[in-house]
Amino acid sequence: MSGNTKLKNGLQAFLDERFNISSLLQIADKKKVPIHKHAVWYYMGGIATMYLAVQFITGILLMIYYVPEISSAHASILKINSKIDFGWFIRSLHSWGANLLIAILFAHLFSTFFMKAYRRPREFTWLTGLLLMVICMAFGFSGYLLPWDDVSFFATKIGLDIAAKTPLIGETVANMLRGGEHIGQATISRFFAIHVIVLPAALLALLGVHLLLVQMHGMSAPSSFNDLPEAKQTYEKFFPDFFYKDILVWILAANVLFALVMLNPWGIGPEADPFAPAPVGIKPEWYFLSMFQFLKLIPPMVGPIEGELFGMVLMGLAALGFVILPFVDNGKSKAWSRFATIFGLLILTGMILLSIWGALS
Amino acid sequence: MNSEDQDANKIGRADFFKGALGCTALAWGSMTLYPIFCYLNPKAGDQEDETQVSSLEVCKVKDLPPGSGRNFRFGSTPAVIIHTKDGEIHAFKAICTHLGCTVQYQQQKDNIYCACHGGQYDAHDGKNIAGPPPKPLTALVVKIDKDKIIVSQS
Repeated sequence: MSGNTKLKNGLQAFLDERFNISSLLQIADKKKVPIHKHAVWYYMGGIATMYLAVQFITGILLMIYYVPEISSAHASILKINSKIDFGWFIRSLHSWGANLLIAILFAHLFSTFFMKAYRRPREFTWLTGLLLMVICMAFGFSGYLLPWDDVSFFATKIGLDIAAKTPLIGETVANMLRGGEHIGQATISRFFAIHVIVLPAALLALLGVHLLLVQMHGMSAPSSFNDLPEAKQTYEKFFPDFFYKDILVWILAANVLFALVMLNPWGIGPEADPFAPAPVGIKPEWYFLSMFQFLKLIPPMVGPIEGELFGMVLMGLAALGFVILPFVDNGKSKAWSRFATIFGLLILTGMILLSIWGALS
Repeated sequence: MNSEDQDANKIGRADFFKGALGCTALAWGSMTLYPIFCYLNPKAGDQEDETQVSSLEVCKVKDLPPGSGRNFRFGSTPAVIIHTKDGEIHAFKAICTHLGCTVQYQQQKDNIYCACHGGQYDAHDGKNIAGPPPKPLTALVVKIDKDKIIVSQS
């Protein structure tokens, strides 16, 4: 035995005794990915994780120069954009990255939905995924206010006023988030804490559970694959086959992000003035656009109920559908399976059409 | 009742401590959460920039020709003053009754407009005339003192 091999074996034994590496390697070796025509959607979760890592790194870097104070917040972003070396680059990565992350999460969510990956025993993988989506949208909402420009001010105002319409707790929750009745310093401080500590901590914990469940249950396959005779079901090994392809896809996804950043660096609007009128043509971010347009369509009063509340109840029911479906559509009933597909298609088409309508109007 | 039944009804030491632990955890949890809730819950008047005004001079009449309007600050509230095309001067709190955006005077249509969801109000009485707003704007009292426009709380 050469000295080198001896050292390697010794090191392996040392690490194995302390970290139980061989059993981890065994698990990694067993991990396999089904091969079928919908397998491309398996990459979405990985891309989302990569974009998330970009958000964490660029977020930490932005915190070095961002000042969460009402008279300095806007100026600090201007400084990052114009005076700090590569400041525009870091900020654009963060802003574009956030948008791409949400877009990929939508693709991940709907692709797993239509492949019925939420079915037994993966109900909680699905539910943690839904919660992660909500957390990421909360990231978007809280981060949007921090640059303190005119659009961000009114977007936050509208968002919190809609939240305040929730019966019983709405007003208290909105006031706690705002830190009072008006949007001001208290709101910036609270949103900053939520954006940089509360949400990241919640996200990491939940992502841990989500990924653990994915490992525990293995990759889900659509019924077209499961219905095949066992001999025709083909798999590839996760390490190294799928993993190398994953890395390639990450590089491609990162290149999309870099291209967007280079071609269209993220700007900033004029500083928020709480006494100025709302800017004409104000719209929320694209991922809230379908909800915005939906609420716009509802008359001020629907019977005795306020329009906003009525709209929120309807959207709440749609969201509840996504929570309940995994427990109803367990793969045994064709009728429920068809219902789930139609439900998902209706929501997805509705969201796309309302978003386009909202963007054009 | 025989002694066996009595034993079955008795709570064992382990069960008692399990229950006690649960109750203690609940009490401790609420004791911890209550101060956190109070700490986060804003009190009325917490916001330092809160200023109360009952009346103020907005501008001179000559600075606001007919068919024009401007937003101004009425204490801590955004407000709008309008000199309508037919020569009347009106002022309102500029807070849209729909979702609280700040409204503005729209010259071409001689009405008050909210850019957030397209709500429209009559520039004469603040009545909601189109879009989602459920209620009229809150009116302010306008007085002309020589050539000065004075706005006060109604």
